[in-house]
Amino acid sequence: MSYGFLIDTTLCIGCEACMEACQETYQLPSNDHYELSAEKYTVVKSKTISEGDIYYRQMCMHCQDPTCASVCPVAAFEKTPEGPVIYHENRCMGCRYCIMACPFDVPKFEWQKSLPLVKKCTMCYQRIKEGKIPACAEACPTGATLFGQREDLIQIAQERIKQEKDKYYPYIYGLNEAGGTSVLIISSVALTDLGFKANNFQEPLSKLTWEVMKEIPNVVAFSGVFLFGLSWIINRRIKLQETPVEVDKDSGREKEEN
Amino acid sequence: MNAHSLVSRFNFRLTFWKGVFIILLLLGMVSTFVRFFFGLGTATNLSDQFPWGLWIGFDVLCGVGLAAGGFSLAAIVYIFNIKKFHPIVRPAILTAFLGYLLVIIALLFDLGRPYRIWHPIVMWNPHSVMFEVGWCVMLYTTVLALEFSPIVLERLRWNKFLKIIRTFLIPLVILGVILSTLHQSSLGSLYLIVPEKLYPLWYSPLLPVLFFISAVAVGFAMVIFESFLSARAFNKQLERSLVSELARVIVFILSLYALLKLQDFARQDVWSFMFINRTETYFFWAEILLGVVIPMILLSIPKIRHNERTLFIGVLLVVLGFIMNRLNVAITGMESYAQANYFPSWMEISVTLMIVALGFAAFRTAVKYLPIFEKSEHIEIPYRKQIKIRKVENRQLQKEKTTN
Repeated sequence: MSYGFLIDTTLCIGCEACMEACQETYQLPSNDHYELSAEKYTVVKSKTISEGDIYYRQMCMHCQDPTCASVCPVAAFEKTPEGPVIYHENRCMGCRYCIMACPFDVPKFEWQKSLPLVKKCTMCYQRIKEGKIPACAEACPTGATLFGQREDLIQIAQERIKQEKDKYYPYIYGLNEAGGTSVLIISSVALTDLGFKANNFQEPLSKLTWEVMKEIPNVVAFSGVFLFGLSWIINRRIKLQETPVEVDKDSGREKEEN
Repeated sequence: MNAHSLVSRFNFRLTFWKGVFIILLLLGMVSTFVRFFFGLGTATNLSDQFPWGLWIGFDVLCGVGLAAGGFSLAAIVYIFNIKKFHPIVRPAILTAFLGYLLVIIALLFDLGRPYRIWHPIVMWNPHSVMFEVGWCVMLYTTVLALEFSPIVLERLRWNKFLKIIRTFLIPLVILGVILSTLHQSSLGSLYLIVPEKLYPLWYSPLLPVLFFISAVAVGFAMVIFESFLSARAFNKQLERSLVSELARVIVFILSLYALLKLQDFARQDVWSFMFINRTETYFFWAEILLGVVIPMILLSIPKIRHNERTLFIGVLLVVLGFIMNRLNVAITGMESYAQANYFPSWMEISVTLMIVALGFAAFRTAVKYLPIFEKSEHIEIPYRKQIKIRKVENRQLQKEKTTN
């Protein structure tokens, strides 16, 4: 049981109410730069296609198995049981591996500050804790950003696609991307046409490094035993060669003494 | 000590290299000020699109790799017990120790909140490659300090501590080898998580293995390189047979690396990327040809290995090729995805140069005041012969015994 968003771009009218709500809630400065940044946790973008403009949102996808949480050396990111991926700013040392690794390029850095932090959407974790719904979902006038249980949202999305076959492109983005995300997106066109990552990563990225990381205990144990053994054997051989040889009287051949 | 000898001891003559050093230091200090008071955004050309630049690519990835000679040579001398390499194990450990200290200094520049560098000690995330690298670097720097300590203790004549350290030398060296294996490869694993961001010519599931092997090769190359520089700087004879034999080892490791690379290209099927007209292609070929193919050919010719000058060129190529490889992974290979046209700012470059200059100065000072290079009275005897001689001696001893 975890929360998520269903973003239906066919319902979005591009009013930017979600952006403003986000900006107000977190007291972010306003600027006209329509890209995610340390001062913008969500942004509404538009793309013109033959049937008209499509408006869509960019924000943290709140992966089920977040790459940021897997790469962070100090566990500053956490996937909460409620769904949001949150950031513990008192842990972060600013290595920016999360920014490197995130497949959706979501975490952003406060480059201009002398003591910077990483910033991103937290699905209004505090508000969820207080029993409220995230500010952007509350502000959305058309229901293009729908907040709810992820399972319910998947059903709603499937039903919408099933009922209006000619309106939707039959794909729920986020169902399996990067191992599944809490944010699901449906649209009238393929999401890749809107600049979203092609769906070629259906498994969590953390698997890629874990395949190697899990071998570490083996490497340590094996090389430890191997090296100790090797050094013991070599040193013993040298020691043996240094000890005086005794002539065996019966056969007249050299015999090594221990 | 009278006043005159004091003056003569600290007499300062401005030479060309000292001048360069002072300029680099001053520029670096300006950049340091800007970086810590006005933030990374002001001092560097880094951005959200390109979060890791020169400091990670050169100072950390190359720094750690170039210091790899410390663990491989320590393994050769103390574990494999090939004693003839003993004369160069100390400079190698010194370089490694200094190298790691410099990497940590560079990290302090690169981290957004450097005063939290200790956080991985208490805030664990065993899934993170960076966490593992952090721990390994921390532990290995400690190991290096301990491996290095006999040199200082000898100087101070603290024989009690010296004895303790010597008892634990073998376990220490083994620990160092394990830690090095782990983090040298893990620096490659760092990039496993960006399959669609790193250019296909460099992304590979084998990155950790490739990083490890190339680090071993460049570690040896650096040992030779240093022997040259210090032989020149301190007017002493180069251990020629030693370095040329090390060069032979490099050929072997480089061929292993080349073989693995070929196999990797085949498995990843990236041949088509090798011949398209892109910047990446040129950087790739420069790295492969200059850093692997040419030195492999050069160093496999005995005549070249035995000539000081040509050996130096071959080894230099290995080092440059290695640096190109790491910079290609960290910077060139990330450019096309990021679309940020990253090139380091002058402040980034000056900090890096300052750190390198500090390294050279520290090395020089250490060699000057500590017994790093052994006296040249040491007679070189190849390993196998040494044993034979011992056997002969033993036999003679035996004969003497029996005649008595």
